[in-house]
Amino acid sequence: MKGNSMRILDTKEIENCVYRLARQAGLRLTDSCRTALKEAELLEGGAARFALSTVLENERIAQREGMPVCQDTGMSCVILELGQEVSLSGMPIADAVNEGVRRAYEDGNFRKSICDPLTRVNTGDNTPAHLHIDIVEGDNVFVTFLPKGFGSENMSRLNMLTPAEGVEGIVNTIVETVKIAGSRPCPPIVVGVGIGGSFDGCALLAKKALTREIGSSNARADVAAIEREALEKINALGIGAQGFGGKVTALSVLCEIAPTHIAGLPVAVNIQCYCVRCEKEVL
Amino acid sequence: MKKITLPMTKEQLKALQAGDSVLLSGTIYTARDCAHRRIFELLDAGMVPPFTLEGAFIYYAGPCPAPQGKATGSCGPTTSARMNAFAPRLLDLGLGGMIGKGEMNEAVRAALVKNGGVYFAAIGGAGAFYANAVKRSELVAFPDLLSEAIYKFEVEDFPLVVAMDSHGTSIY
Repeated sequence: MKGNSMRILDTKEIENCVYRLARQAGLRLTDSCRTALKEAELLEGGAARFALSTVLENERIAQREGMPVCQDTGMSCVILELGQEVSLSGMPIADAVNEGVRRAYEDGNFRKSICDPLTRVNTGDNTPAHLHIDIVEGDNVFVTFLPKGFGSENMSRLNMLTPAEGVEGIVNTIVETVKIAGSRPCPPIVVGVGIGGSFDGCALLAKKALTREIGSSNARADVAAIEREALEKINALGIGAQGFGGKVTALSVLCEIAPTHIAGLPVAVNIQCYCVRCEKEVL
Repeated sequence: MKKITLPMTKEQLKALQAGDSVLLSGTIYTARDCAHRRIFELLDAGMVPPFTLEGAFIYYAGPCPAPQGKATGSCGPTTSARMNAFAPRLLDLGLGGMIGKGEMNEAVRAALVKNGGVYFAAIGGAGAFYANAVKRSELVAFPDLLSEAIYKFEVEDFPLVVAMDSHGTSIY
């Protein structure tokens, strides 16, 4: 072991990074989301077009006035890819992440949306964040901040298909989930899909898929084909922006895949509203 | 777009048709999941709700804290379907209607018809846009619920679409 080659990183730097990303994420859409919304605006008419122009104008107001694009500033999903040659010092890493969230939501006048599931008492500072850590090679730390609104999270589903259901079953599951969601999750949506893995791992794949660029394709041709087929079928549903009817019900279907058990075919469908906010930084 | 001002008479509400785009001005009250539960607890105990239901409009929303110099922080609509269980009883007690986003169920549609109410859809995800149309905000009840408390908003030219009208027609 080359102990002396370890990079020392104070978790205060992670806290500050989470703070920066959270503040930025609340106020703007991702570039690929904005581009996709502008393209959708050109395709639509009537109330759907009005909804799309309003949400684009809304982002300009949010930027100009330093206000959150959406009042649902979300559950703070933080994904850390931590290089195994990094040695962390300072406060415990989860505390650092939560401190970054706490400060950002207070300073940014963001809504605090986290509560006890039974008593419904609000924690008052949007913590705890939903923190996921992957250990990766190298000495960098990749930080992703995804504030996840629950209008769309509520419409998400995990399905344990049988292997016999195959690709057809996967596509049907994705389309059916979007159909049931209807106008409720603020369409045009982005659909994050996990295929394979375990019960919990599959859901995580779907969440990670939502951190990809809108319009990007999975590197595997057979997975990319599922993305294309599902998107086409979703847009044939006619739900449209805000459920006002139209050609664009989803901006993108993003699938991530992992090996699974011989007996199973888990499919997780994580729905994201059209306010896609996701910020990334490398430390 | 047609301009409308609250309070509205039943006749004025009847003139609205599903699909109409309107700019709404006047007083509305924010309430979402927890505030509805509290209102129902008060009603069940035979007590009066924190604002007069007769002719009032509820806005399904939980705003962000107000930055300095603003009446409110971002305040777009939340998903209305979660309030399906609450809306019919409030409409029966005189509520004029609701503002939110997305479809509501058959029971709500029936209650709108029975009571001559209207359900408006605001544009979800347009929190900063709607905040600019709120001229005054006042805390009415349940401050411990933070963003889920009931606020009285004075709004000017709130852009909305008539989603379910008093004749039973829905855009969804």
